[in-house]
Amino acid sequence: MSLERFLNKAVSSWMSQEGPDSDIVLSSRIRLARNFDNYSFPTVFSHEEAKQVIHDIEGVLKKSPFQKFGQMELLKIDEMQPLQKRVLVEKHLISPHLSDDAPHGAVLLSENEEVSIMINEEDHIRIQCLFPGLQLKEALSTANEIDDWLENAVHFAFDEKLGYLTSCPTNVGTGLRASLMMHLPGLVMTQQINRIIPAINQLGFVVRGIYGEGSEALGNIFQISNQITLGKSEEDICRDLMGVVSQIISQERSAREALRKSSNIQLEDRVFRSLGVLTHSRIIESKEAARCLSDVRLGIDMGYIHNMSKTILNELMILTQPGFLQQYAGGPLRPYERDIRRAALIRERIQMETEKR
Amino acid sequence: MNCQECNQRPAAVHFTKIVNGEKTEVHLCEKCAQEKGEMFMFSGESGFSFNNLLAGLLNIDPSFHKQEQNPFQQEEILQCPHCSMTFPQFLKIGRFGCAHCYETFQDQLKPVLRRLHGGNWTHSGKIPKRIGGGISLRKKIDELKSALRESVIQEEFEEAASIRDEIRELERKLTASQQEGGK
Repeated sequence: MSLERFLNKAVSSWMSQEGPDSDIVLSSRIRLARNFDNYSFPTVFSHEEAKQVIHDIEGVLKKSPFQKFGQMELLKIDEMQPLQKRVLVEKHLISPHLSDDAPHGAVLLSENEEVSIMINEEDHIRIQCLFPGLQLKEALSTANEIDDWLENAVHFAFDEKLGYLTSCPTNVGTGLRASLMMHLPGLVMTQQINRIIPAINQLGFVVRGIYGEGSEALGNIFQISNQITLGKSEEDICRDLMGVVSQIISQERSAREALRKSSNIQLEDRVFRSLGVLTHSRIIESKEAARCLSDVRLGIDMGYIHNMSKTILNELMILTQPGFLQQYAGGPLRPYERDIRRAALIRERIQMETEKR
Repeated sequence: MNCQECNQRPAAVHFTKIVNGEKTEVHLCEKCAQEKGEMFMFSGESGFSFNNLLAGLLNIDPSFHKQEQNPFQQEEILQCPHCSMTFPQFLKIGRFGCAHCYETFQDQLKPVLRRLHGGNWTHSGKIPKRIGGGISLRKKIDELKSALRESVIQEEFEEAASIRDEIRELERKLTASQQEGGK
């Protein structure tokens, strides 16, 4: 398969499209957790209950399909190949938990992959909307539409005091997790990030490097999300998160400007060295690839590199993960072979950009 | 020593995991350790740290409340009548078995929810349409009832009578909407 065709099939809209403030905010995601009130939660439910949940959803789909996003496709976990599942995990469309530990799981995907509804994960239903750039409000209103659509047909577990009841008490109330994926190389280079993360945590939000373990964020990509789900309305949660995030955006922008002023040539050098590595290397590990991709993306955003699409970072961060590399190769690869494949895929993808000119 | 994963290369990364007091030693070569690292990094919505912390948070709880509980109750183990999950089970996995668990364990849960959610323990977000009407009606009735008490105290009996009629009307609506919702 040619890379172009592979990309067309592999890339979801949030990876390939630009949204508002997308020089810093890569994507906005809303997740709503819901449960049926007449079945046990997936923690303890029986075989029959699990099947019934899927059956009920299929019933809703048949009776009153959700039209807005075209055909919705229902995929059952136990009918999928391991590689297929892994690719969905790498695209953030399903969770590792659903893929590996939910034998009765399923996912309902919209055609453009902006909407994915996980079934029988930790909760019976998890509605997820993933939009490019800073579009938290839009994602929330879409998630609400889907929630209303389901609610018309089924009864969700709801308590007047505690709100929507979820399997884990950390999600009870709104069942809402709002998160933004942000590219923050300026704050990392100027070491301000170490100061900012604790401050954000104090406000009841969580910051994590979404690629990479612990405090280390691969590719300078961070995910910021709310922790509190009870006592605040959905709109307030999103508004507070947006407030924090707009601060971070302006800090990141001024960090980038400060870097341009204080070390212009060093920054330019770093950007083009990384571009060189990506354009010419024959073997590349995921860590190095992430670092170079972040530099190149920064170079594009700051105007050092021209004629290259911004979304190259989003795309390649996803596509150079093991599952995708193996899908592109058409079979299993050992780690060393992946590094070779990864280098080849990145070179080809950058080549596509030069041909476009 | 060879790597546990591939059994080919010598192990270069050694670490000891201690989970709930259970010790596991892991020896990996650099390559496999990196792969493992890659696995961790995609654990998107990682409930891991949170749920483990949660269990810790809940475990502290009983000691705070010992004095308040009567000794007779303490010997009983709370169990959800619907999914038969017990409170100790919940503590262990950090997740409930069904919607009724919230009711069963409500006394234990309240302080925990407060700690998890920044002092909050009442929902103030979206309400499903099917019960939405009921809730707002009930709130309105509560408001009117306190207004009724107020006007009785003030000896404004004419107004009290009209408030009483209004309450009756709303209560009729409430029962009607509940019957509809129950269908």
